[in-house]
Amino acid sequence: MAMILEIAAQGAQMGLVLALSPLLVGLTRKAKARLLRRRGPSLFQPYRDLLRLLRKETVLAENASWLFRSAPYLIFAATWVAAALIPTFATGLMFSWSGDLIAIAALLGSARFFLALAGMDVGTSFGGIGSSRETMFASFAEPATIMIVFTVSLIAGSTQLSEIAASTLSHYELRVSFGLALIALAIVAIAENGRIPVDNPATHLELTMVHEAMVLEYSGRHLAMIELASALKLLLYLSMIACIFAPWGMAPAGAGARALGLGALAYVAKMAVGGFLLAFFEISTAKMRVFRVPDFLGAALMLGLLGTLLLFVSRSL
Amino acid sequence: MPLTIVLWSVAALLGAGGLAAALAGRRIDATRLVYGLCFGICLTIFAAAVMPRGAAALTVALPMGIPWVGAHFRLDVLSAFFLAIVNLAGAAASFYAIGYGAHEKHPSRILPFFPVFLAGMNLVALADDAFSFLVAWEFMSLSSWALVLAHHEDAENRRAAFIYLVMASFGALSLLLGFGLLAGASGEYSFASIRAAQHEPWKAGLVLGLALLGAGSKAGLAPVHIWLPLAHPAAPSHVSALMSGAMTKVAVYGFIRIVFDLLGPPAFWWGIGPMTLGAATAALGILFATIQSDLKKLLAYSTIENIGVIFIALGLALAFKANGMALPAALAFTAALFHAFNHSLFKSILFFGAGAVLTGAGERDIERLGGLIHRMPQTAFVMLGAAMAISALPPFNGFVSEWMIFQAILLSPSLPQWSLKLVVPAVGATLALSAALTAGCFVRAYGVAFLGRARSEAAAAAREVDPWSRSAMSFLLALCLLAGVLPSYMIDTISPAARLFVGGRMPAQEEIPWLSIAPIAESRSSYNGLLLAVFIAASAALAAWLVHVLASRKMRRGPAWDCGFPEQSPATQYTASSFSQPVRRALGDIVFVAREHLDMPAPGDTRPARFGLEIRDRLFDGFYMPVSRGVGYIADFLNRAHYLTIQGYLGLVFAALVLLLLVVAIWQ
Repeated sequence: MAMILEIAAQGAQMGLVLALSPLLVGLTRKAKARLLRRRGPSLFQPYRDLLRLLRKETVLAENASWLFRSAPYLIFAATWVAAALIPTFATGLMFSWSGDLIAIAALLGSARFFLALAGMDVGTSFGGIGSSRETMFASFAEPATIMIVFTVSLIAGSTQLSEIAASTLSHYELRVSFGLALIALAIVAIAENGRIPVDNPATHLELTMVHEAMVLEYSGRHLAMIELASALKLLLYLSMIACIFAPWGMAPAGAGARALGLGALAYVAKMAVGGFLLAFFEISTAKMRVFRVPDFLGAALMLGLLGTLLLFVSRSL
Repeated sequence: MPLTIVLWSVAALLGAGGLAAALAGRRIDATRLVYGLCFGICLTIFAAAVMPRGAAALTVALPMGIPWVGAHFRLDVLSAFFLAIVNLAGAAASFYAIGYGAHEKHPSRILPFFPVFLAGMNLVALADDAFSFLVAWEFMSLSSWALVLAHHEDAENRRAAFIYLVMASFGALSLLLGFGLLAGASGEYSFASIRAAQHEPWKAGLVLGLALLGAGSKAGLAPVHIWLPLAHPAAPSHVSALMSGAMTKVAVYGFIRIVFDLLGPPAFWWGIGPMTLGAATAALGILFATIQSDLKKLLAYSTIENIGVIFIALGLALAFKANGMALPAALAFTAALFHAFNHSLFKSILFFGAGAVLTGAGERDIERLGGLIHRMPQTAFVMLGAAMAISALPPFNGFVSEWMIFQAILLSPSLPQWSLKLVVPAVGATLALSAALTAGCFVRAYGVAFLGRARSEAAAAAREVDPWSRSAMSFLLALCLLAGVLPSYMIDTISPAARLFVGGRMPAQEEIPWLSIAPIAESRSSYNGLLLAVFIAASAALAAWLVHVLASRKMRRGPAWDCGFPEQSPATQYTASSFSQPVRRALGDIVFVAREHLDMPAPGDTRPARFGLEIRDRLFDGFYMPVSRGVGYIADFLNRAHYLTIQGYLGLVFAALVLLLLVVAIWQ
């Protein structure tokens, strides 16, 4: 019986992130539009887009290999599994101990590995430019992520997200290194999701784009999978920030239905706030040149390293 | 019993070498015979090494070597582990070569040395006195030198072999001096008496430095790595695989044997050298790999990176061991050995794959490849897996060992020394940076060589390779996956060695439910590769099934869209050097100097524009070239001194006498 409940909770979590992620994208678009005094599309437009893509015929480039065709599913699966490892409305879910923060970073790395390869598969110059830039961003964003992981897990004494959330909840105090990690993680999240100022999710202008350039050759159901995966990734990063830095309202392991329901409500509220903050940040800044992105991400790396160093020399900072 | 089997097998390998030399020029198909023999013998040694036996080491003394001293051999848990690595790689390489070796134009230049090379590596892991160790080490070096020189028609290979010989002699000299110091005034060369002796701190520090130089130069530790990216690619591909996959591991074994076993209890600062050199090596190796367009050279540089990772873990283990932190020390040590094993697997596959590409398409310059996934589907599939494994992506094995190193780093704030507290985070950041760069490097290598459209006629006409080569690669890939999803067995296999050398062991991983691993405690960190793999496969399958049931299944092939401007020529694809340009620009200036020249003709001029890229190695220019010039200068001077007049010689003798008397006078 307990087992069935656990499976149900885990399944609910996976279903929730999947169902909620297009809404989050819709919300940020809507918020952005309203902040720019436009009306903007409906909140549910991303769902309609996905359905439309699924109904369309898929056009494959003549040169595309099996890798190109299987990559969308692998990218989606790796992202979904990474999202399943993040406590959203409850800690200590079934799968949460099968991978920690480093594994989540590596799963996202796998997704990116396939995305970058898929960009090169058809053999066009745009795909190559996207992959090359994505790879460069990753070589700064990944070490920054690891340094953030170091900072956070040195404070909590664990790399398990459930444990980290529990530790933040049980003794919350303002720490310098915690603040540094938060800023660094925000920068990484912006870069990894291809948001302004690193990349622009709304353009199709070849020379400004990274993510779009890689998926240029995708269409139909493949594109739907890629779009869903990238929406999931945005939700994943917001959930990760919420889980580490604002775990309030989360149901503890083995909690009853009431606590779970409250946790879910708190989670949805947190995501809405996060989406709004992202939209606000995006309209108040401009996209930067590609070769300034390493500086931007380098700042995240330095902040993460600083946070770690502070913890190495003093446990109280 | 296992030791006897191993020693007889080594003798058989030497015999096989002799047989190959005898068969040279005969009409018998010596290639298959010799590689088949090597395959069988390697499997035998592997079986003997993993044979279960008591914790006690087995020893034997043979009446060979120095008179009245004899040659001592010993098989303990560490030797057994490295024997397993060497012979697994050796068996795979032999099996691969049964097919691949058939393409060799001059088999008699390779066949006699290949078994001897294998025998040398095995003997290093078995040696139990300084003399046998050094003799075996030289056997390994010289036979591999001969293999590097196999294709000596090429001037570049001759240069590589020359530099290899110089560096190998230098490394052996360092080890010789190190063992000399260890043996002390009494000249006790057997490892047992060295182990029993007390070593003063200054002597131990000196030996540590010499071991870093000697074993490090063979392993490819910066700054003495300079020969490796020249020599490893020069050899035939199955030998490259052995040199990168197995020989560097034997060097790591040598380092562990000297520093963890013979030198006695470590001081806390011992760890700093291996750690910082390892971090520098890792970053430098992967940055150089990222800009290579020669596939085999790229792989050789990536080996340097992995050696750096192993040395980081070993340095951590030393630091923990010196502070009596047995559990973290065991974790770091286990991670180092695990990574050594992993690297021997995936680097062998990658070199085999490079060899397959070389036979299939006749090219190893990735700028002239492309689209091989269509022409060589199986090789492409296996190479994709190996690229994932080396990029430390789950669920493959490379991730597990790097994850364990990160876990060890996370335990190091409790180290008491300030120097370590400052060094370890920096090392951790460098490790994270090189791990990220590795993924980028292999996306580039794989994407340019195997994906896209063929960039040359040769690549367009590539053919899949023989079944022997393919099955050797596939088998190793299966092992990579297995070690990635069931890491608990590997950890438990290594734990006796950890207990012996760092005095602690990790909790038994087999008792943790669901085949998870938890190096310290489950609340601290845990990882379950099997579950993740199953989970990824299940959700990918579920997604694919749902999409195929619910969505439109219509599919059409058409020309690439390419933003509405499709261009037919494959030359419009991104090239390897354009792919690495952003990283080269952002990070390159640290270790190398990259100069780009653009020759753009004036408007109206019909001459084509030219882009040139020149990359110079700072270390080579700043350190090796001055040393080389200095040696040349001294040699010139001495050469002139050969042709003096009789007065000149007498004057020289007189000056020397005066100098000597002066020294004696001052001394008194």
